[in-house]
Amino acid sequence: MNRTPRLDVPSWIFVPAAAGSLFIVLPLLAMLTRVDWADLPALITSPGARTALLLSLKTSTIATLLCLVFGVPMAIILGRSTFRGQDVMRSVVLLPLVLPPVVAGIALLYTFGRRGLLGGSLEAFGIQIAFSTTAVIMAQTFVAMPFLVVSLEGALRSSGQRYEEVAATLGARPTTVLRRVTLPMVLPAVASGAVLSFARALGEFGATITFAGSLQGTTRTLPLEIYLQREVDPDSAIALSMVLVVVAALVISLARRTARPA
Amino acid sequence: MKRRVCALVAMSGLIATGCSNRPGESTTITVFAAASLQATFTRLGAQFETANPGTTVMFNFGGSSDLVAQLQDGASADVFAAADTVTMDKAVAAGLLSARPAVFATNSMEIAVPPGNPAGVTSFVSLADPGIAVVVCAPQVPCGAATRTVEQNVGVALMPVSEENSVTDVLGKVISGEADAGVVYVSDVISAGDAVDGVPIPTADNATNDYPIGVLKGSTSADDAGEFQAYVLGPEGQQVLAEGGFGTPS
Repeated sequence: MNRTPRLDVPSWIFVPAAAGSLFIVLPLLAMLTRVDWADLPALITSPGARTALLLSLKTSTIATLLCLVFGVPMAIILGRSTFRGQDVMRSVVLLPLVLPPVVAGIALLYTFGRRGLLGGSLEAFGIQIAFSTTAVIMAQTFVAMPFLVVSLEGALRSSGQRYEEVAATLGARPTTVLRRVTLPMVLPAVASGAVLSFARALGEFGATITFAGSLQGTTRTLPLEIYLQREVDPDSAIALSMVLVVVAALVISLARRTARPA
Repeated sequence: MKRRVCALVAMSGLIATGCSNRPGESTTITVFAAASLQATFTRLGAQFETANPGTTVMFNFGGSSDLVAQLQDGASADVFAAADTVTMDKAVAAGLLSARPAVFATNSMEIAVPPGNPAGVTSFVSLADPGIAVVVCAPQVPCGAATRTVEQNVGVALMPVSEENSVTDVLGKVISGEADAGVVYVSDVISAGDAVDGVPIPTADNATNDYPIGVLKGSTSADDAGEFQAYVLGPEGQQVLAEGGFGTPS
């Protein structure tokens, strides 16, 4: 990329920007002030907390992989081809982004639950999704997928099709163009989209508790554990919240580093 | 809103009598009540409003522990009704109540099953059958603690497929047919109507929660709040509660 002369932003814009960042940072700092530092190590290494964190990391990782497997093709279709009903498909794909998670959970329940649209047939094959870790992963994938699709489709649209056209003129088949030109070009967007999806999956609560339930080691992810602890042991809930904040911050900073184009 | 205006008027000293319920005047009392009271208290509130024209009763239903936390954080309310004495004791210890709370109802546990009882649940012991998907409240919340007591009384350890945060979540899993059975309050089985069937737990094995009610120290209309409490404890209130599946305190 060639450098353009540095443009300054108007100085007044720093005021609302600072207010905005304060609005985000202040609640996190307020939570920090409530942390029981002396008991923190014991609180975050309790069996319940460790199990919940491991379950969260495992399910969020699988959910992110599923988002990649299904989300990247969807983004490519939306960003690179034209077909009837494309706008409808785009809206539908984005729907989980704006739906309250509890609604997503209810929708999943009536599809994959025991009495759901597909639940009966699945049960006939001996597959039971209700109250299983699979249900957690499905809930997370459902709510996290749009993050990948949105960021990748945006990148595809803004990158233009010049190189792909050249490759096609030189005789490359569509799969070769996709593999050798398109994907390498938008790889940073795939990475950052995947990280956003992971972060969303990690924080998933509403769809999980509605669709998957809450059982230690099977379906009780970290957000569910925090919500439960809040009822009886606020100190523990705060300590676990800190863990979630730290993990999320690590993931995001990692993403910034890898997603930055060389 | 009205209450706030009343409070302002009273503070400014324009009306020396404040906002007690005189004919032609209107008052609003805010009641914080346990989630399991939603059906009965909504009915009671409407009856109380009819009996006391000009008085409006507003409800905030939620988990009892949650409500105490809200009150401690400065939420303004006139009456608090909790689902167990442990939670009410927390509120008392925090100095939130203006007088000693009174027990107005009891609630026991019952097994809720989807209509027709597809898994053939016959008793609490049969819930231990690994083929039956049973959902309970987490032991950390009142309904879960009560379920634990029943388990000990019966002498059986359940292997639930899920431990929910609230009794309404348990009921939801049974209504949707995801669970074969759920351990909930008797009042929940009644308020769910045709959506679930109930399998009773014998009294000898059952756990019973006491429901206390009290007027809050921060109440700006303590007289009306006291009247509401008396109404709940009185014959009209007790009848509605009995119809809702609650027991009469001994």
